Amino acid sequence: MSGTAASVEGDGGAGVMDREVTLIQPRKGWIGVDWREIVRYRELAFFLVWRDIKVRYKQTVLGVAWAVLQPLFMVTVYAVIFGELMGMGSRVPEFPYAVFVFAGLLPWQFFQSTVTQAGQSLINQQNLLTKIYFPRLFVPSATVGAGLVDMMISMTLYAGVLLIYQQSVSWAVIFVPGLVLLTLMTALGASYLLSALTVTYRDFRYVIPFALQAMMFLSPVIYPVTLVPSEYQWILALNPMAGIIEGYRWSILGQPIELLNFLISMVMALGLFTFGLFYFKKMERRFADIA
Amino acid sequence: MISAEGIGKSYQLGLAADPHATFRDVLVGLAKAPFRRLKALRERTEETEGTFWALREVGFEVEAGEVIGIVGHNGAGKSTLLKILSRITEPTEGRARLWGRVGSLLEVGTGFHPELSGRENIYLNGAILGMGRAEIKRKFDEIVEFAEVEKFLDTPVKRYSSGMYVRLAFAVAAHLEPEILIVDEVLAVGDAGFQKKCLGKMGEVSEGGRTVLFVSHNMGAIRALTKRCLLLSSGHLLKDSVTEEVVGEYMNQAAVNTGDDFRDARRLSHHHGTRIRLCRIKPMASTDYGFYFRDDIAFEVEIESKIDADELGFGLTLSDAGGQALMSSYSETKVSGRAGKSGRYRVTLRDTRLSPGAYQVAMSIYQGKRSEAREIFDVVNPGPSFAVAEFAREGEVVFNWSSALGHVVLDAAEVEQEDVDSEGGEEKRRAVDVEHI
Repeated sequence: MSGTAASVEGDGGAGVMDREVTLIQPRKGWIGVDWREIVRYRELAFFLVWRDIKVRYKQTVLGVAWAVLQPLFMVTVYAVIFGELMGMGSRVPEFPYAVFVFAGLLPWQFFQSTVTQAGQSLINQQNLLTKIYFPRLFVPSATVGAGLVDMMISMTLYAGVLLIYQQSVSWAVIFVPGLVLLTLMTALGASYLLSALTVTYRDFRYVIPFALQAMMFLSPVIYPVTLVPSEYQWILALNPMAGIIEGYRWSILGQPIELLNFLISMVMALGLFTFGLFYFKKMERRFADIA
Repeated sequence: MISAEGIGKSYQLGLAADPHATFRDVLVGLAKAPFRRLKALRERTEETEGTFWALREVGFEVEAGEVIGIVGHNGAGKSTLLKILSRITEPTEGRARLWGRVGSLLEVGTGFHPELSGRENIYLNGAILGMGRAEIKRKFDEIVEFAEVEKFLDTPVKRYSSGMYVRLAFAVAAHLEPEILIVDEVLAVGDAGFQKKCLGKMGEVSEGGRTVLFVSHNMGAIRALTKRCLLLSSGHLLKDSVTEEVVGEYMNQAAVNTGDDFRDARRLSHHHGTRIRLCRIKPMASTDYGFYFRDDIAFEVEIESKIDADELGFGLTLSDAGGQALMSSYSETKVSGRAGKSGRYRVTLRDTRLSPGAYQVAMSIYQGKRSEAREIFDVVNPGPSFAVAEFAREGEVVFNWSSALGHVVLDAAEVEQEDVDSEGGEEKRRAVDVEHI
């Protein structure tokens, strides 16, 4: 009898005449995204991103300077350890290693830091989830959105690095916005999936950092994809970030790219986004009960 | 306008006990008995063991512009109902329709970020409550004035006193202008003066033709603001009627069913009750529900005596609902028992200030002065239970007390503020009463 009053019918918020009507009833199965509601709450989305950015460097001495220093330190460490000490630099004779690795770190750092934080975002803000209604998607999305600002800063730095190394830039750089969008969708998809999973299974708090670490080595961040025998490169491409990283190097540096492998990664990225989104929507209605 | 029919919300008790079932449990469960598990999932019906209904078959209609109070004792389902109507949680069954923009206020300061300044939090909190940026901007000055925090607008709210914090949070909330307002016990915070101010604001709200659903333990506020109330009890809608009637019913609602005959109750020692026996111990509660807060806790006690004994006294131990002893008292020893006779006494604990909740009494009868070795004739443990209400006879209300705060509500602590007067450089002292939370 569990289904007596249940209905698969869509959610409330549909306007009838001039007054909005909210319909509240049990829902089952997969639930679509109420875009109208997202639009209605858009200002809140803005405020949540703004909050995440504002809060990030509060009570630090260097403040916003950290947003610049962090990627610089990171690139220096990678360039010295992997490029020099481990001799990875000789594997990419076409470019200075710093130029090469930074192009990979741009999307990867964004992906890793936003997914780590967004994975915890729902349980860190359970207070919000149990006390007020707003589109739950905003919580992980805001974390990812705030990370986007950091990526923009990194990109500006990268432009400086390219200037210093007098690296010429490919015409394909016009595709960078498209790649950023694809990176964003991948990060959002992973964040939706993992934040929803973390609410139910706290195990993912420990799994996520480790899994991301492992995933980095399965992405051509510090090594060129040509290090992998070409008949196996498609396996690497199943990791959406692999194709995305290659995409950045192609569009900025003009490094050749295997189109098919890129398409595989792109399909995986869109698939991850879609699945993450729907899984989140499916689990969403239980958040307040178990958070 | 609101229309709700057959609203129900159930929780799996297993889930409630272990809300964060680990991934391993699920994997192990699936590996061990995949079919049984799947079958169980498929066959899970609403009456399975371990299903707890926090709310069941609640239906009501609210006209546009009506202000409705929702009352009930702890665990009655008030908050669950508000959470469902606010769309925070989904009902298990039933449906509700709300016509108009809904704003809910289940907590003061939801989404406040301690690191952000007062100004920043006004915008953030306003947006979370559903206000647009332009709307907040328009009301900003009014909010600041209501909260009386002009000077600290650019200070992070983590440096605010709790009073300032609450004032700011409530000020934002009070300027929310939805067509339907859903409010949980938010007046329970802040000092008395501010509470009065909030009540005034709530009154304005209710006169403004807005539909309001309002949960409170403060019967004064309920009486002042509402004409009609819903009484919830154990998840069911017990009464839907005019406020006076519902409040009366609420006050009389028996939360603890007390038996008072202990003649044949089991004793811990076979010596007990052989010469003098405690037969009846009846809490003399002022209402069927229990004692008012601050009321004397009195018991009517009947004994049967087989011996002549003078200088008899009663020992009382109060335990919490979990059986943990909290405090004891020994009475004066001035009553006597006569062989073959029964006697009736009244035992009263004065000035107890017990916090709202349920208590259990253990009682003993003994002979001998407090300062000497005493001879114990009988012990009844556990004895009757009784409840202390959230409100005092004079209308004082003890808000949001939980056992985590202990079992005695102390009088307001006195605080003296010592600040340097900027003009005279003299120290100025002001006594501030810290009100009960």
